[in-house]
Amino acid sequence: MNYADLLRVTMPETALEVAALLVLLVDLGVLRKSGLRLRIAASATLGMLGCGVALMAIPFQAQSGLHAADQLLLTAGGSAAVAQVGILGLTVFTLLLLFDTTFTRHVGEFVAITLMSATGGMLIAAAQDLLVIFIGLELLSLGLYVLTAFAKGSGKSAEAAIKYYLFGGMSAAFLLFGFSYLYGITGSTNLDEIMRATYGSNAVNATPLLMVALVMIAAGLGFKIAAVPFHLWAPDTYEGAPAPAAAFIASVSKVASFALLISIGTAALHVFGDAHLIRFMIVSAGRLPRYIGFAAPWSFALTILAVASMVLGNLAALAQTSVRRLLAYSAIAHAGYMLLALAYFSRSPVSAQAVLYYILTYGLTAIGAFAVVGVVERVNGSDQIDAFAGLHRRNPILAGVMLVLFLSLAGIPPLVGFWAKFNLFTAVLEVAKGSVPFGLVALAVGMSAVSLYYYLQVLKRAFVVPTLDDRRIAVHPVTLTALLLITLGVVMAGCFPAILQGWMQQFYS
Amino acid sequence: MLAWTIYLSFAGALIEALLPKSKPVLARGFALAVAIAGLVLAVLGFAGMAGQGRFVIADVPWVPAMGIRYTLAADGISLVLVLLTGLAAIAGILFSWNIDLRTNEFFAFYLALIGGVYGVFLSADLFLLFVFYEIAIVPKYFLIAIWGSTRREYGAMKLALYSFVGSAMVLIGLLAAYTTAGSRSTGLTELAHAGLAPGFQMWAFPLVFVGFGILAGMWPFHTWAPTGHVAAPTAASMLLAGVVMKLGAYGCLRVAMGLFPRGMDPWGFSLIGIGSWRDVFALLAVIGIVYGALVALVQSDFKFVIGYSSVSHMGFVLLGLMTLNQIGLTGAVLQMFSHGIIAGLLFAIVGRVVYERTHTRQLAELEGMHLSKRLPFAAWAFVIAGTASMGLPGFSGFIAEFQVIVGSWRVNPWWTVATGVGIVIGVAYTWRALQKAFFGDGHAAAHVHEHGHELAAITWPEVAGVSMLVAASLFVGLYPRILLNAIEPAVRAMLAGGGQ
Repeated sequence: MNYADLLRVTMPETALEVAALLVLLVDLGVLRKSGLRLRIAASATLGMLGCGVALMAIPFQAQSGLHAADQLLLTAGGSAAVAQVGILGLTVFTLLLLFDTTFTRHVGEFVAITLMSATGGMLIAAAQDLLVIFIGLELLSLGLYVLTAFAKGSGKSAEAAIKYYLFGGMSAAFLLFGFSYLYGITGSTNLDEIMRATYGSNAVNATPLLMVALVMIAAGLGFKIAAVPFHLWAPDTYEGAPAPAAAFIASVSKVASFALLISIGTAALHVFGDAHLIRFMIVSAGRLPRYIGFAAPWSFALTILAVASMVLGNLAALAQTSVRRLLAYSAIAHAGYMLLALAYFSRSPVSAQAVLYYILTYGLTAIGAFAVVGVVERVNGSDQIDAFAGLHRRNPILAGVMLVLFLSLAGIPPLVGFWAKFNLFTAVLEVAKGSVPFGLVALAVGMSAVSLYYYLQVLKRAFVVPTLDDRRIAVHPVTLTALLLITLGVVMAGCFPAILQGWMQQFYS
Repeated sequence: MLAWTIYLSFAGALIEALLPKSKPVLARGFALAVAIAGLVLAVLGFAGMAGQGRFVIADVPWVPAMGIRYTLAADGISLVLVLLTGLAAIAGILFSWNIDLRTNEFFAFYLALIGGVYGVFLSADLFLLFVFYEIAIVPKYFLIAIWGSTRREYGAMKLALYSFVGSAMVLIGLLAAYTTAGSRSTGLTELAHAGLAPGFQMWAFPLVFVGFGILAGMWPFHTWAPTGHVAAPTAASMLLAGVVMKLGAYGCLRVAMGLFPRGMDPWGFSLIGIGSWRDVFALLAVIGIVYGALVALVQSDFKFVIGYSSVSHMGFVLLGLMTLNQIGLTGAVLQMFSHGIIAGLLFAIVGRVVYERTHTRQLAELEGMHLSKRLPFAAWAFVIAGTASMGLPGFSGFIAEFQVIVGSWRVNPWWTVATGVGIVIGVAYTWRALQKAFFGDGHAAAHVHEHGHELAAITWPEVAGVSMLVAASLFVGLYPRILLNAIEPAVRAMLAGGGQ
């Protein structure tokens, strides 16, 4: 490895870092005395330009990836590239939300930290080595803690950040602990090497240790994607964080974490010639029958997280009166569906594509939802469901956007959320036939029927319940444009799902 | 050309949403124009294609990676139901002429619902059918929740959740059939010929049948129907009873029975005379007929009477489907058409003509109002609609129910006996409602003086709507061949080969 190679693979990340520094320079240096509006516009625009440059750089990444001493550190192309493009696109939309906010005077820092977090996310998406994974995760997470605390005038924001930070720190410790066991058992930090070594005699003899490592890793990553039972931070953070930060956590951070899970799944199955073998990797060494290798117990752990997340997420969302908390629980439920596809992962990129399709479209929809919530909150000072009453009179466009986005989250065709679900569940059933995966998919479909209830509760306020407050809600033109773009995307991708699928497919050739 | 019924309705919905709020007349006129254009297309399509068997209207790849195609096709059954949708759509708009609250939004949701319904009847791809089926759920919710009456939010949410649970069951069946068949196609014909294992069909059939059956008002999953109908504004209850319940029945026929015919095979053992899913659902249908009629007999709310009568009449459709013979299936499809027209008429009279003037639907209160003298038009319209609903010869209901009964007699005479009881009770509840609502005794004459104000005069849209529906029912009743010529070959084709 030399630095030229490094640059060739990490051009997009480098571009983002440079953009972050530029934003700081411009905001703190040049525009220090200017008005807030101008500073927001300048910082956000610079940030988006940085994302744009990074996007341009992605096709020029060295396709072989980055190696150090023959071991792959960072990969390029395939799922990683899709996730990276997604992260950049979603970051742009997050930055667009800034125009309509006043929660902070330190805009430059906010944008810079957002970009750095996104860099962490991009690293995770490509990382193939435990150390790089951990560094990327920390880069992402530390940024997120700060972003959550950015509304200094709000006690909730600080509380949310502290909770998020404490939970995050602990889960990072779990993850590192699991990683260290994994390294101890297999003698490598490279994902591929680790997977191969888990079938070696050393690892088979150390199966209990491997299980401990797996559980620790599942706990650490489960925290990042807010899977039950590691989800407790999510509602508080979604509720307290400033709207753009919450949107960022709900979209970019999720994309990065799921991309990491996809890397692990792909590496775990890469060992096999035939994906179906993993279901039978149980040997009777010693008295108790035990799994060997990584894939089967990993899939088992993910299944448990998936079931817990989709059941608890959906049921808890039913009882929420705060729309932000409702979105948090619904995010947990959506993570559950995706975990199911990760548990029943395919060796071919079908599952990876299905998960990416889901998380990218979900991230886009979530940003839109948080934008609407942010606007209503700015006007009404509350994110309670009742604050949405009469929205169709106060701003019909906002109400229409909300209708489309929430119905997409509920999975009503022809919106994109439905295709994402269909794609995902088909992927599960194509990997594994039998009553267990089928029952799990049936549970997931049933649970998404439950979800319609709470999405309709919010839409009912917006369209049905009358309100005395008839004042129009003004929306910043940039936010409005972003919302309309998102809505258009959700509708078009729903009506013509082949476009997005075809676009993703080209990264895999 | 028939495909334009779908596009026209959705485009109309979009334009309605963008029309100015302050011009209700424009919104109404535009909606009526769209609906009439839809009916014209449906009639032209029916006239041109009725004798031709199944024909494909549009067929383009939609999601090539998954083998999903955008396929629209129609056979006699689809054509009849498309025709029904066109009629019901116009009637619904005529009877919501007096809606002044958020008029353009009302018709936007209304036309979106109509578009979804047209889409379901014309889809020849399971996936596409499902998409249209779900599109129809959301407008129903808002139509009831915003413009409804009694306990509207409850009724709307109940309907939406029942529909969504039903479609979740259908989706599970769809996913299972798609992944099991391995044909990488969701076309109804392809799936029907994919050779799904009988063991698989045995559990997929009841799942999908019940999933669609929920919307068809199948006992004991019918409870959304009365509350939903009662809560809904007139036009929405007309559509609910007129076409939405038919979506369920159509799905049962086209998807559940078409794709999983082996699911109706005998189990190999029988318990109190029930030896297959077919017996189970036939029994549920018969219970629905009798139970719906009995409950309708004791309702105090006029609209509940009609709501439960819908459950009873839809029982005939489900029973007809389960006969699995030519005459029974033909009767079931004809009953879908007939009930769509007659139920729409009944709901229009109760919800628009009577309720909007008297502001009560309680039979006890209507009894003292001498409506036969004060609203003779409503009274006579209801007499005609009631007799049609009872199945008097000369109206469409007679031909349809008669065929269902003949078909079921061939399979199991006991079903027919129970059904006959249901018909008798049907006569009873219709006469009871008629008598109480319109021809009440004079003892409450003082009551009339108290509320001596004149009831508003009957308007032209009401006359037009009633005349159109009565004419349709009478025409089909007197000359059923016009529909039967389309239905019979389609049913024969379905029974003969591979479901489709």
